[in-house]
Amino acid sequence: MSLLETRGLTGFYGDFQALFGIDAVVDAGETVAIIGANGAGKSTFLRAIVGQVAASREAVSFDGEPIGGLPAHHIVRRGIALVPEGRRLFPSLSVEENLRLGAYSARPGPWSLEKVYALFPALKARRNAPGTALSGGQQQMAAIGRALMANPRLLLCDEISLGLAPIVIRDIYAALPEIQREGVAVVIVEQDINQALSVAARVYCFQEGRVSLSGEPAQLSRDAIRKAYLGV
Amino acid sequence: MGGLYALFATGLTLIFGVMRLVNIGHGDLIVLAAFLGLAVVEATGIDPFLSLIIVVPVMAALGYGLQRGLFNLTLGRDILPPLLVSFGLSIIIQNLLLEIFSADSRKLQVGALETASIRLADNLAIGVLPLIVFLCAIAVILGLQVVFYRTTLGRAFRATSDDQQTAQLMGIDNRHLYGLAMAIALGVVAIAGIFLGVRTNFDPSIGPARLIYAFEAVIIGGLGSLWGTLAGGVVLGVAQSIGAKLDPGWQLLAGHLAFLAVLLIRPRGLFPRAYD
Ligand SMILES: Nc1ncnc2c1ncn2[C@@H]1O[C@H](COP(=O)(O)OP(=O)(O)OP(=O)(O)O)[C@@H](O)[C@H]1O
Ligand SMILES: [Mg+2]
Repeated sequence: MSLLETRGLTGFYGDFQALFGIDAVVDAGETVAIIGANGAGKSTFLRAIVGQVAASREAVSFDGEPIGGLPAHHIVRRGIALVPEGRRLFPSLSVEENLRLGAYSARPGPWSLEKVYALFPALKARRNAPGTALSGGQQQMAAIGRALMANPRLLLCDEISLGLAPIVIRDIYAALPEIQREGVAVVIVEQDINQALSVAARVYCFQEGRVSLSGEPAQLSRDAIRKAYLGV
Repeated sequence: MGGLYALFATGLTLIFGVMRLVNIGHGDLIVLAAFLGLAVVEATGIDPFLSLIIVVPVMAALGYGLQRGLFNLTLGRDILPPLLVSFGLSIIIQNLLLEIFSADSRKLQVGALETASIRLADNLAIGVLPLIVFLCAIAVILGLQVVFYRTTLGRAFRATSDDQQTAQLMGIDNRHLYGLAMAIALGVVAIAGIFLGVRTNFDPSIGPARLIYAFEAVIIGGLGSLWGTLAGGVVLGVAQSIGAKLDPGWQLLAGHLAFLAVLLIRPRGLFPRAYD
């Protein structure tokens, strides 16, 4: 049985439909990439999974249970944590307080402040600084650490490399194996195709609210991906 | 009076800080707490200060209920619905109190304590009661400061105030959290109401004026800052007593003038929060 499964998942912003029936699966401990152009619906897909965009109950199942449309604070307690697009650290909380708040749902598991600091040593030195006083890369690390503090079984990462220098991106992606080692399944949303394909066991390409291509990276030709990505 | 004004204003600061809600019924809730204290004192014969044991939890429970059953329904992008609803609440409370307790002016009696004072120098004495109120205001604000900056609940309050959506991603149920914030605010309101009843006469119609003092103290102190609220209360109280010394009719005017003066000199208040 897969850890996460969506069946015909739709997503709306008022009258505007952003998702037109997404079927996708993520297995326990697996890393899946979602790629797609601007506005393809990648973020909406993640938001629908975590309860920030309305979904029908049966459209999302986690661990065999239907969870679509549950309130966001219930879903994180079940073990899905989102690293939101744009990091969204809490400006009036210090780095450490941001991390502690990640553990608000009090799920038991391997992650602790010490473990997050071990994963991202740069954070430890800035632990008492306001979250927003950090560099972009450090903010991203704090946002990932905050999500890990919830001890998720599924970690959703929305464009964690956006706006960062290549060397910083490399540092952040270097943390991925350690996260996977704890058995956490990871969904990586990226616009940068190469970054996504290099770490993922499977990839979904979104185009205008639909899955235009899916499969294992090794079996997909660059041409097919380019077509699915751009729709030409 | 400074401590009393600070207590009035603390509840207002708290709920504005956490959920950007301006509660027009705040002053009437203070008066409601004073009447509740009166009812408890009359029914049991205990000391007004002891009545806090009952009035604080009752007001806190009322706060949680009001938030979950009423204010949560009005929260959204638009600030008008909560304003209107709390205005309605203000009128309902005034009329209920009028119906139950009549328009008579009432007071909570604490006996000799009301006139007791400590001599500091030959012609300088400080009343025991005002001193108690002031120390209590400091204790309340210290307590809230600890809750806000040292506990998980406080972090959840601040995070929700920053970014409600992302706070929910952390597992925070914002509706419950708002209920708790209102419960704490009305717990403080209960203390303010009892002190109000002990310090001065009160009747069902004085709520809106208390709201104005609370507002002025909040604005003088700087929106959202607890210590600023204390300072705001003190500035207002001192200005009023200086005004009253010059001419009894000037008491309220002096308070308003101090408020305007601070607004002119420091539009964001004395201790504005570092960020917005
Ligand atoms: N809050 C919103 N209100 C209305 N429409 C929205 C909202 N957020 C996104 N959309 C629209 O929904 C569609 C999908 O947006 P989404 O953010 O999911 O795309 P994305 O694939 O994450 O794009 P990007 O790579 O730019 O982050 C877009 O057409 C976008 O304009
Ligand atoms: Mg996006």
